[in-house]
Amino acid sequence: MTYDVETYRKDFPALAQEIHGHPLAYLDTAASALKPRAVIDAMSRFLERDYANIHRGVHELSQRSTDMYEAVRPMIRDFISAGREEEIVFTHGATDAANLVAQAWGRTFLKTGDEIVITALEHHANIVPWQLLREQIGIVLRVVPVTPEGEVRIEDVKAALSDRTRLVAFAHVSNVLGTILPAKEIAALAHDAGALVFVDGAQSISHLPVDVRDIDADFFVFSGHKIYGPTGIGALYAKQKILESMPPYQGGGDMIASVTFEKTTFKDPPFRFEAGTPPIAEVVGLGAALRYVSEIGMDNIAAHEDEILRYATEALSGIEGVRIVGTAKNKSGIVSFIMEHAHPHDIGTVLDRSGVAIRAGHHCAQPLMEHLGLTATARASFGLYTNKADIDALAAAVRKVREIFG
Amino acid sequence: MSDDLRDLYQDLILDHGKSPRNFRVIEGANHEALGHNPLCGDKINLYASIDDAGVIRDVSFQGTGCAISVASASMMTEMLKGKTLQEAEKLFEYLHASCTGKNADEAGLDEDAVDRIKALSGVRDYPVRVKCATLAWHTLQAALKDKKNVSTE
Repeated sequence: MTYDVETYRKDFPALAQEIHGHPLAYLDTAASALKPRAVIDAMSRFLERDYANIHRGVHELSQRSTDMYEAVRPMIRDFISAGREEEIVFTHGATDAANLVAQAWGRTFLKTGDEIVITALEHHANIVPWQLLREQIGIVLRVVPVTPEGEVRIEDVKAALSDRTRLVAFAHVSNVLGTILPAKEIAALAHDAGALVFVDGAQSISHLPVDVRDIDADFFVFSGHKIYGPTGIGALYAKQKILESMPPYQGGGDMIASVTFEKTTFKDPPFRFEAGTPPIAEVVGLGAALRYVSEIGMDNIAAHEDEILRYATEALSGIEGVRIVGTAKNKSGIVSFIMEHAHPHDIGTVLDRSGVAIRAGHHCAQPLMEHLGLTATARASFGLYTNKADIDALAAAVRKVREIFG
Repeated sequence: MSDDLRDLYQDLILDHGKSPRNFRVIEGANHEALGHNPLCGDKINLYASIDDAGVIRDVSFQGTGCAISVASASMMTEMLKGKTLQEAEKLFEYLHASCTGKNADEAGLDEDAVDRIKALSGVRDYPVRVKCATLAWHTLQAALKDKKNVSTE
């Protein structure tokens, strides 16, 4: 099948606009993906016709909403190749899911002096929840270094493990450098050391086919908005045995079996971890997003984005004064770069005036920036709708930066 | 370059951004503060020597940031040397008004300083960049109060 990017672009209404008199070149998908018509329509149709609260109504609308909401759980299971739908917990996003694991699992099972291993390229969402745990119970956080190319070496992971390691938590794909981490190898090492494995899938979910059982992840988290779905919804996958062993994260309605003032018993997972009325329309929207990308095929999307990545890498490498940050062999969907005489923030402003949307800054990964000796980068990131014209616009705008700043 | 970008990146701004003036530490400065814009990672250390009469004898900075924040800091150090704290406060008010598109009253202000601030006021069309232009000035305020850290967020 040939990948018809121009057809897919028509599915995204936001792409049909001009910014500052130029066609929008949206290269900030790693921050958040644009929404296809299928998601927008599914959510408005649901809100117009089917919406009511779930899991509690005797009436028709509540039943419809419950069915539509619960239908998304097995979709997520299939999308990440999990075994059972009970292993899928709806959360507000990857950050919320990480905090759930830190508090419900970490606080229950970790003791003072236990170690959590992370890497130097983590997003703040895979650093701060563990630091909170460190303050609460005195765990130790160990950091695996990253090579100047942006790779995590297996031997460095090995060196960070000890008999106190209880969890190895890492990004599947770096949100700054685009590096794809060898998740399966890291997971095998962690398990050999007797530790569990937490995979931050916020960046990988929309770029690679994900198979949590092949990786053998104990926890895998992602956000809906990165995979063309709405904000405010995401998921935690955790192996059933582990989920069953975990106490609730938050208390409230919908997560209980029975409540008296003396004693409350909780539902089984996943409901135990879903207190309160959830973002129902957002779950329906996420379902529509997963259906949309599944129809195109994650393999096809990954292959298309690889081609765009090669094209962009070549285009930017050819411009004098541009240095690409992150040159790992295995990369996905992201090119970070810096320029000799222009700060990323100024690059971002000049590009914006050409209709090119990128992110400039530390990308919520300040420790990585420090590790690489940088304060900020400019980052172009790609999605299923990115075409070569977007990259040509990027390259032309970067040349304009050169004209202004030398 | 399109005209609106030329408005933002005037030659004076590019020059100060590339070759900042008073980019040094003042040994024995009696005021200093660290300014930080967490959004983009801009950081500046500001140093000032102020005499008993409230006159800024010397002011300098070091740090990293975009062209706008570095140029703003650099021009600030040039225009404030020899000014009283009251004059500095008036200039900051003028800069804040010009950079946010409000009516700015330049009556009684140092002409040279007004020209520099006008060069910076192109940021009024770039709302997210206003903080870049004001970071040094906010940091100066903190330094005068001897508050150690300031953030524009």
